[in-house]
Amino acid sequence: MRFLFFMRLKINGETVENLQAATVGELLDTLRIERGKVAVEVNMSVIKKQDYERFLLSDGDAVEIVNFVGGG
Amino acid sequence: MEDKLVIKDVEFRSRLWVGTGKYKDFEETKKAIEASGADVVTVSVRRVNITDRKSENLLDYIDPRKYKILPNTAGCYTVEDALRYSRLAREAGISDLVKLEVIGDERTLFPDTIGLLKATEVLAKEGFIVLPYTNDDPIMARRLEDAGAAAVMPLGAPIGSGLGIRNPYNIRIIIETAVKIPVVVDAGVGTASDAAIAMELGCDAVLINTGIAGAKDPVAMASAMKHAVIAGRLAYRAGRIGKKLYATASSPIEGML
Repeated sequence: MRFLFFMRLKINGETVENLQAATVGELLDTLRIERGKVAVEVNMSVIKKQDYERFLLSDGDAVEIVNFVGGG
Repeated sequence: MEDKLVIKDVEFRSRLWVGTGKYKDFEETKKAIEASGADVVTVSVRRVNITDRKSENLLDYIDPRKYKILPNTAGCYTVEDALRYSRLAREAGISDLVKLEVIGDERTLFPDTIGLLKATEVLAKEGFIVLPYTNDDPIMARRLEDAGAAAVMPLGAPIGSGLGIRNPYNIRIIIETAVKIPVVVDAGVGTASDAAIAMELGCDAVLINTGIAGAKDPVAMASAMKHAVIAGRLAYRAGRIGKKLYATASSPIEGML
């Protein structure tokens, strides 16, 4: 069993406390974000989709979650 | 004869490319894109709203299996930002295409061509299909080609200005002598005649956003642009007549009473 760890992350510029997500994959699930249409960056590095389940988040990480919006 | 546009092994069905910004809603975006006949749509990379998960996604309306999604780096003023947005776009999307923008000035949105050149070089080495939004300078277009750009996208006029093709002579020089890669006029097209002029000059394609989205009836304008691009391309291939100052009669003199 995994040790439950409540973290503080900076997600899209906002500080989010008491998060219970060990990996990028778990974070996306917690936030109810569909994986197919987003890209994730942790501390300025892009995380590939195939690495979502094994990329471990650490307290204080800066996470960016982006998608496509209308633009020219 | 077939007249297909190919950019670095990517085949395009349409020579009109359209943006997805400034529409009233996704429904209108979808209808206008359908009316335009475009198979390339540009998008921007922005933060997901993490608090309101009910908000809809653009890709729910624009099927990436049906359209080529061309992400831009709009809003980036530095090389670093443009690289960061490009890499995120590649991960969020399904292709290596990027419409690279490195903006130099807020008021004109003119490109910072020095930064653009640097970013083009880096991204081309990373395997991106780089389509840089540049100014109408033939020498810069050539430099971008040398740096690995797959096509160049010179502006007709400032983004969203609707001023048309302000420097048709330079656009022609870019097409005829500066580069061998495709030339896609980006920005400034305000109405159908502007799109036709761009195509008559020999451009390979035209990218339009505001000219369609900002029209009173965007869906009707999308259709107008579609026809203008087709007409302009046909006229270019047909070869227009030379311009002369004086008249030459179309009807014979012989046989007159």
